[in-house]
Amino acid sequence: MLKRTALFENHRAAGGRLIDFGGWELPVQYTGVLDEHTTCRKAVGLFDVSHMGEFLVDGPDSEAFLNYCLTNDVSTLVDGQAQYTVLCQHDGGIVDDLLVYKRSAGSYLVVVNASNVDKDFDWMSKTHREKNFQCSFRNVSSEYTQIAIQGRFAEKTLQKLTRTDLSKMAYYHFAEGSVLGEAAFIARTGYTGEDGFEVYLAWDKGPALWDALLDAGKEFGIKPCGLGARDSLRLEVKFPLYGNELDSQTNPLEAGLGWVTKLGKSDFVGKTALETQKMQGIKKRLVGVKLLGAGIPRQGYKILHPESGEAIGVITSGTHAPSIGAPIALGYVPNGFEKVGTKLVVEIRNQKVPAEVTPTPFYKRDY
Amino acid sequence: MSYPSTLRYTKDHEWAKLDGNVVTVGITHHAQDALGDIVFVELPAVGRSLKKGETFGVVESIKAVSDLYSPLSGKVVESNEPLAGETSLLNSSPHDKAWIIKVEISSPAEFNELMTADQYTAFIESLK
Repeated sequence: MLKRTALFENHRAAGGRLIDFGGWELPVQYTGVLDEHTTCRKAVGLFDVSHMGEFLVDGPDSEAFLNYCLTNDVSTLVDGQAQYTVLCQHDGGIVDDLLVYKRSAGSYLVVVNASNVDKDFDWMSKTHREKNFQCSFRNVSSEYTQIAIQGRFAEKTLQKLTRTDLSKMAYYHFAEGSVLGEAAFIARTGYTGEDGFEVYLAWDKGPALWDALLDAGKEFGIKPCGLGARDSLRLEVKFPLYGNELDSQTNPLEAGLGWVTKLGKSDFVGKTALETQKMQGIKKRLVGVKLLGAGIPRQGYKILHPESGEAIGVITSGTHAPSIGAPIALGYVPNGFEKVGTKLVVEIRNQKVPAEVTPTPFYKRDY
Repeated sequence: MSYPSTLRYTKDHEWAKLDGNVVTVGITHHAQDALGDIVFVELPAVGRSLKKGETFGVVESIKAVSDLYSPLSGKVVESNEPLAGETSLLNSSPHDKAWIIKVEISSPAEFNELMTADQYTAFIESLK
């Protein structure tokens, strides 16, 4: 039996095409991926991301606990600030990428990928136990609906439903206020490359907020968007996806996440392995790949050496980019092949298609 | 969407239309609907020989890749090259403007083995 979010009936009523996404029955599209993608880029899109997991950390050792589990430096956060970070194994392999929201001293909200909720909670709980951190660590994933409002009219749409002054909220900051009169976390974060918000509120308050947002955004052309558009939007701005760019065989330095890997801070899980990696030289690099011939690179397609034809890497994500009107892809190449313009070959159904390393992100918003 | 009775259909969701000894081939409404917005099509070279059931090309949407299977044996005499630059026709006009190839068939009997519109409609109902 697939799990359903609180918004399941809203999706069904709106004609969402429901699929099994990591055990969740969620809409891959409503009107069509191209239309939804473009709506988010040009206006505003609404996403049900309630399948994401939420953990709460409270108590005197909260900061120490999170700083020991995660690669980024939690101690730099001020109250009401969010941080992108990585959870590693001891060998530096990635368990998940996630967001930490600092509510106040000793109180944090941690948001993780849907498919990794149990794995992350078990792994962090093990550390919590072993090191005897004095803080509570709770998995509250089933208690929250999460709705993302993304696009240039996101602020104007959401502002109609909350007294929190959104114009004063900076990127990667959040407030605990109310939306439609219900208590909510309102964060200026997202996974689309557009301005936008992610709202967390009590599970059963989701449907009313979803409908109210569709109504509030009507004048801007708001539309519900499915997982298909969520994937193409994130890929255009090179946001990595766990299971594609990130996995236990890849470390954050290889994935281009050195900027959230603070080797200068005190000890954390994976630090020693990552320091060794950095000293010995990183073996593979995540790059943007542009085809010079016809086709669309897809996850799992081989990257070949342009002369020897030997397999040297792999495409991790690839699609036709709606905002660009051309195929785009990300993939891993060996160290030394990461420079923009480096020639590569991508194997597409036994055809060898010339390609090259291209600058990323593929899309940047213009406002 | 109705399935024209002038066409015959396959379980791989291709259609075929006979005109003399040449068959025009495309994908069905059901196929395009399942795929979503089609953004890429790979066509075979003119002159290529195809066996019934052989892969002759690919259509791709943003999310999915789908092989095209020849409904009949024969030789490709025409590929709809302009379609590559206007793949949205595969969504908007799958049974008409978005024909994919024309094949000079080697066995007319194969055509009669394909499903009629009624049979195909029943077949897709059975998939639900």
